[in-house]
Amino acid sequence: MSFERYEELAELVPAEIVTHSYVQDAELPGGAGTLALITLDNDLDHSRPTTLGPNTLIGFGRTLEGLKERVSRGELAAVAVTGKPHFLVAGADLSTVKSVDSERLGRLMAELGHEAYDLLADLGVPSFAFINGVALGGGLEIALAATYRTVSTGAKGIGLPEAFIGLVPGWGGVYRLPRLIGPGNAVKVMIENPLSNNRSLDGRAAHDLGIADALFEPADFLEQSIRWAADVVRGTGAHAVAERRARLAQYDDDAWTAAVAAGRAFVEARTSNAAPAPARVLDLLEAGRTWSQEESAAAECAALAELMQTPEFSATVYAFLDLVQKRGKRPAGAPDKKLARPVSKVGVVGAGLMASQLALLFARQLQVPVVLTDIDQSRVDKGVAYVHAEIGKLLGKGRISQDAANRTKALVTGSVSKDVFADADFVIEAVFEELSVKKQVFAEVEAVVSPECILATNTSSLSVAEMAADLAHPERVVGFHFFNPVAAMPLLEVVRAPRTDDAVLATAFVLAKGLKKNAVLVQDAPAFVVNRILGRMFGEITAVFDEGTDAGTADGALRPLGLPMTPFNLLALVGLPVGQHVQESLHTAFGERFHVSANQQKLIDAGIKGLWETSADGSPAVPEHTLALMNRGSSPSSSADVLRRTQDALADEIGRMLTEGVVAAPEDIDLCMIMGAGWPMHLGGITPYLDRVGASERVNGTRFHQG
Amino acid sequence: MSQGTGTTSARSASRTVRDVVFVDGVRTPFGRAGAKGIHAGTRADALVVKCIRDLLRRNPSLPPERIDDVAIAATTQTGDQGLTIGRTAALLAGLPRSVPGFAIDRMCAGALTAVTTTAPGIAFGAYDVVIAGGVEPMGNHPTGADTDPNPRFLTERIVDPAALNMGNTAENLHDRFPGITKERTDAYAVRSQQKLARAYDAGQIQPDLVPVAGRKPGSGWTLHTADEPPRPTTTPAAPAEPRPPFRARGRATAGNAAGLNDGATAALLASAETAAELGLLARMRLVAYAFAGVEPEVMGIGPVPATEKALRQAGLEITDIGLLEINEAFAVQVLAFLDHFGIDEEDPRVNRYGGAIAVGHPLASSGVRLMNQLARQFEEDPTVRYGMTTMCIGLGMGGTVIWENPHHEHYGQGAA
Repeated sequence: MSFERYEELAELVPAEIVTHSYVQDAELPGGAGTLALITLDNDLDHSRPTTLGPNTLIGFGRTLEGLKERVSRGELAAVAVTGKPHFLVAGADLSTVKSVDSERLGRLMAELGHEAYDLLADLGVPSFAFINGVALGGGLEIALAATYRTVSTGAKGIGLPEAFIGLVPGWGGVYRLPRLIGPGNAVKVMIENPLSNNRSLDGRAAHDLGIADALFEPADFLEQSIRWAADVVRGTGAHAVAERRARLAQYDDDAWTAAVAAGRAFVEARTSNAAPAPARVLDLLEAGRTWSQEESAAAECAALAELMQTPEFSATVYAFLDLVQKRGKRPAGAPDKKLARPVSKVGVVGAGLMASQLALLFARQLQVPVVLTDIDQSRVDKGVAYVHAEIGKLLGKGRISQDAANRTKALVTGSVSKDVFADADFVIEAVFEELSVKKQVFAEVEAVVSPECILATNTSSLSVAEMAADLAHPERVVGFHFFNPVAAMPLLEVVRAPRTDDAVLATAFVLAKGLKKNAVLVQDAPAFVVNRILGRMFGEITAVFDEGTDAGTADGALRPLGLPMTPFNLLALVGLPVGQHVQESLHTAFGERFHVSANQQKLIDAGIKGLWETSADGSPAVPEHTLALMNRGSSPSSSADVLRRTQDALADEIGRMLTEGVVAAPEDIDLCMIMGAGWPMHLGGITPYLDRVGASERVNGTRFHQG
Repeated sequence: MSQGTGTTSARSASRTVRDVVFVDGVRTPFGRAGAKGIHAGTRADALVVKCIRDLLRRNPSLPPERIDDVAIAATTQTGDQGLTIGRTAALLAGLPRSVPGFAIDRMCAGALTAVTTTAPGIAFGAYDVVIAGGVEPMGNHPTGADTDPNPRFLTERIVDPAALNMGNTAENLHDRFPGITKERTDAYAVRSQQKLARAYDAGQIQPDLVPVAGRKPGSGWTLHTADEPPRPTTTPAAPAEPRPPFRARGRATAGNAAGLNDGATAALLASAETAAELGLLARMRLVAYAFAGVEPEVMGIGPVPATEKALRQAGLEITDIGLLEINEAFAVQVLAFLDHFGIDEEDPRVNRYGGAIAVGHPLASSGVRLMNQLARQFEEDPTVRYGMTTMCIGLGMGGTVIWENPHHEHYGQGAA
């Protein structure tokens, strides 16, 4: 029995949920011979995707060896692989990958995949993958190793997300995919999709690209796939496949070079090359053009072995598996959802842009009546019109039906009188960020609503407790802090004020889930989590700029983090006045460690929208007239100094937040930064990064994460 | 003539009855009921859907929107075959949403009734094309489960309690016809197995089977392409072995009766003119059909009065019927029919491919299986002009459909 040298890997993960390789023989129609059909199945229901760990791969490989022997005895005409309902295989089991804790073991794991998959590619008879559902990473690479592929129109989640996770498609994917669908499309699948919110393909798209040779509907997918396989085996269908493949994979050396270059530009734009994996994928692709498959395999194994030991990979596994997939779905500190009260009508105080976005979100996701109020009819009309127009856009794009558009529009109404809140269960205010204004709004609403009606505030910086202080029922007030644009940003900071009761908080979490937002419980501290951390970062960058560091150095210093946007660009997007306002309230709350830039105020006063403008040659520059407005010092810092200073500031601020108990754990900080600010997974949000660069220990004397 | 897709042709004020033709029929392989059977993990609606989709693939010249109705029979209309299975199957099969559907129940004659319920709609002009079929996973839906027979049946002796158990009605039939001995029924059963085995060897069964993939826990997917119930090696001695389950020293046994089975069927019917318009093959022409009731205690005799009625309507004699597909719920019931009409039990006109004793009888699906086989035998034997599909039905009924063979030289000439 071979595969023995991999047994030590299997022993490392005794608790692996094994995906079995069940084999059944089926007679191919038309007398085409016997098909050995492998079903990859972990014997669990659809809530537990099939995954690949060492035990699984050893089993798969040995199964294929057995089949190869049967082929040599002339017993089989073809071999096929398919999965349990909804899954071919969802990819490597990331929780087992953590156990592979040395480069030697990583390489062994990489070689295990190659040895098993290469058997499928070289059985002596045609092999088929029937992609019935999710086929990600190593799962799709199984299919790519087969001679032929069919895919179901019902399949979702097809892709090679390795670059997103911090790895490379190194079980043959990076070599086989470009040869199948051309280098340009391969870059889309291996680079652009993973780095665009980890997008994946559906069955139809996979077929269109040429990942699959044939497309069948789910109702009789397997039966039709087998019938198709019989045609191929008999030779009647093989010619059409060859023609289609030749058409879809037309490329020359220039196309290959261009695809690699386009991929590199994309990676630079999206990640600033802050994480090693995407570039490594492109290195393999580039060099792989002239390699044999064996040469590529060796390089793939080396890349995987190396990348698996990088901090970026372990940070991504932490961010993706522990945070996004687990903690994000079961928020720490949320009360028992049985305590939640039903919400059958929502009120929104204010009809400005934020309020209108909230009304749209509530109406669309909860499908309950939503009523907007404002101080005069024209504002109300404008708010309702905004919501109706946005629904119209969704209809126009075909995202919702005419009936759904009618229904949702009818749910959103407006009034100048708060009396319309009388039968609401949940009223959220999104009025001007001024404590006295908000207190007055809540007092007026409380006069109208039932004693149980929840009052929520979308404040980004004010004290929720103070807002509730003079109410008859302060326990009904909760913070519900969305991020802009509301429809796109997944984070919701749910703020518990000291007197907020459990039923109100439970309702807030259930509501957040209904709105398809990821709620994180935060305590009532100024600016909560995301804005406080961003504010501290803005403070450091504007401070070094004000001290005399040039704009490029100041704004580019955080490049190694690979943030989605530079600080000055983000400030311009948020709007300088809004940013300045938040910064001022942070300064008021926490003092000098939050720098308020006088120079920024000068830009605001002059009506300037941002520091950077596009110069005549198209490059970003700070115009002379902007520089002329400001008074700056003469103590510039180096890029390295700025980076270190900002790392230390972030470690300091997060350390304080944890001491104050703003959130339960550093994991919640990271979840907030990933969901609310789009900070990268390879930083693990932020705290694993701060541990890695030593900032945590420099500033706080201890790491955020032990071990 | 059709006025366009999706609409049935406009009828003139002077209405004429149109000819109805059987275009095509398919079925899943039949399985043994129960957890070990080939269809154990497969839903009833999924079985029907696979049949409907295969019918469409086999008849590519039929635009799916031209289907005017989908009638699917099931005896137990709950669970995976509840909720108006004709409509759910149409939707699940991916037929256009404009295609309606409904559910039918006449126990064993469900699919046969689906055909005879929609055919007059075609003749009348309400439909141009229909799909008619049936399904019965007897493993997941044991006959009679969750039913609540009215106590009046017993207190007022409306039926003998024995009539509610089909096996008992078979024993009752033996009582009524003492000449039908266990030796005869066992011998008949063996011949049924042998005829089916020969038909398989000759490739006469396989062309109308829809392959069905099945998945079992712990063993993965496989593809089912053949019937599971047949026991082709059965010898005359063998069927005598099973212990009579219905009566001490009884005569009806698992060996000389159809088993408990899972399966589905579907057929395509059209008006003769629509078939011609769409280039669909007319494989049989509907001549007449009839149902009749008998004493529920001897339900197996039902095909006799039903057949007499249908022959009368068609103006035909039993001797005009050149091919006969009779459902074999029990061998005794087939022999009672043959004895009545004076047909030898080894007459080559009867069940050439064997019958339900060998292939299985998933109640509401079986009627279309009889039609598939008759249509194929018509093609094979153009000397036969008329054929018949007939079956006995629980609670004392029989149903018979008479068909004409388009391959016969006198087809359509002065026909009934």
